[in-house]
Amino acid sequence: MLTGFIRSEVTRVAFKRVVLGLSGGIDSAVACYLAAEALGPENVLALRLPYKTSSPDSLPHAQLVIDALGIQSKTIDITPMVDPYLDANPDMDKIRRGNVMARERMIIWYDHSVAFNALVLGTSNKTELLLGYTTHYGDNASAINPNGDLYKTQLRQLAKALGVPQVIQDKNPSADLWAGQTTEGELGFTYEEVDSLLYLLVDRRYNPEQCVTSGFKRDFVDTVLERVRRNQFKRMTPLVAKVSNRTVGYDFLYLRDWGT
Amino acid sequence: MKLKLALVQMDTRLGVMSANLEKHLDYIKKAKGADLVIFPELSLTGYILQDLVPTVVSRPTSHDPTFKTLLQASKDTDLLVGFVEEDDRHRYFNSAAYLSKGEVVHIHRKVYLPTYSMFDEGRFWAWGDSVRAFDTRFGRAGVLICEDFWHASNPYLLWMDGADLFYFISVSPSRGLTTDENFDSAAFVEHVGQAYASLFTSFVAQTNRVGYEDGINFWGGASVYDPNGEQIAKGLYHEESLTLAELDLDELERARKRLPLLRDERSALVQRELNRILQQRGRTF
Repeated sequence: MLTGFIRSEVTRVAFKRVVLGLSGGIDSAVACYLAAEALGPENVLALRLPYKTSSPDSLPHAQLVIDALGIQSKTIDITPMVDPYLDANPDMDKIRRGNVMARERMIIWYDHSVAFNALVLGTSNKTELLLGYTTHYGDNASAINPNGDLYKTQLRQLAKALGVPQVIQDKNPSADLWAGQTTEGELGFTYEEVDSLLYLLVDRRYNPEQCVTSGFKRDFVDTVLERVRRNQFKRMTPLVAKVSNRTVGYDFLYLRDWGT
Repeated sequence: MKLKLALVQMDTRLGVMSANLEKHLDYIKKAKGADLVIFPELSLTGYILQDLVPTVVSRPTSHDPTFKTLLQASKDTDLLVGFVEEDDRHRYFNSAAYLSKGEVVHIHRKVYLPTYSMFDEGRFWAWGDSVRAFDTRFGRAGVLICEDFWHASNPYLLWMDGADLFYFISVSPSRGLTTDENFDSAAFVEHVGQAYASLFTSFVAQTNRVGYEDGINFWGGASVYDPNGEQIAKGLYHEESLTLAELDLDELERARKRLPLLRDERSALVQRELNRILQQRGRTF
């Protein structure tokens, strides 16, 4: 179904290729495997976009995926693009610096979507989208995203089924925006813990009390729910001020697949 | 007899009942001296609730924490509030409650749920299934919620059921730029309010909220029409405010002496013809 999704949504708008960022982590590796099967490896361009502080494992791990699938690839060091801005703003904290890197990568994906005549394939998973653990208009930017309704735990299962290299499956998840960053360290809980809670809250429509009854700590439930609430804006298009009787986003309703 | 109305056009916090309840109590205080305070549709919860609907429910009984407070407040002043009602079988209604002297006098569940253009109510709400007038200490009244009064049959039913006081509450979005002072949607609500007051020789009071929800604005503009169709009070557009109106209920008698539309109304004919139409067409609507 996921390969069918990629094939349908790419080809019906007269494209046959996708471009995506390949970080060396599990999510983008899974997306590469799906895209290569859906469109053929020659139609997938994997971009490796390291910054000087990126983990030294990232490039060789990404290379394992490129070699295994025979997809096209390109490596661009973003340090010379990012550093002048960071140097000019020495007061930036690591969140702002990380956002600049994520958005610089987005610029390069979209530039290559024109150069390679391709759609940008997103790789954000359901856990990240719900928690808002993404940079808005950075790593969450894409034309289509096959991973977005799969929790991290499910992507791990999928990676295993697809035969993603074991070393990538075994990695500690990280946005790799600064040295030593780990997702679970930053969030304060593991993916397995939060995925099982999100599954009850979102998929099974449990209310917070029912989650507590099911064995989750009240604080954890409240923290996660609040995070999901605060990050709703990242999952939506910008608000348009409605003044007319027919407004883009409210009552001018067509699918993107309109006419295809 | 006189009836002092206070029409509240307020903003709400989306899905935050405690804050909205606080605001109700503030307005009730500000409206001291009024006989009835009318709040807009879904005044306790906000409007575009979507998946928040089940999280902001209340039940109109003295055991419910929200209604306990409101019933207490209704000892001095009658109240009409908008809320999310959950029934015993977990159906959610867009409802309005009329409270007086610590009692729930009437509940109206929105009958018409707009599900077209910008509206998606049919997706989130259960349909109300009755339109009834009810007695208050100021006369017989009827309540309709927004889309309910865009269907002429509802005010007509209330009129036939004895209502002389029509209370319309809404969350009407500003839409349709015109060269006039206000939007298409505001003009429509005012036209129909005035029309029902004239045609039914009754009082019509309508209030609508203000503020924004995800880019959609609500225009406020409460208004009251007397049984001659005259506008006797008008609230501000787009701003939170309290509109006070004194209704001289004796005007009902004078208007109906002048214009005996109610006396001459042939409701049995309406029923006969409606039955024929429905049977002939084999339609049940």
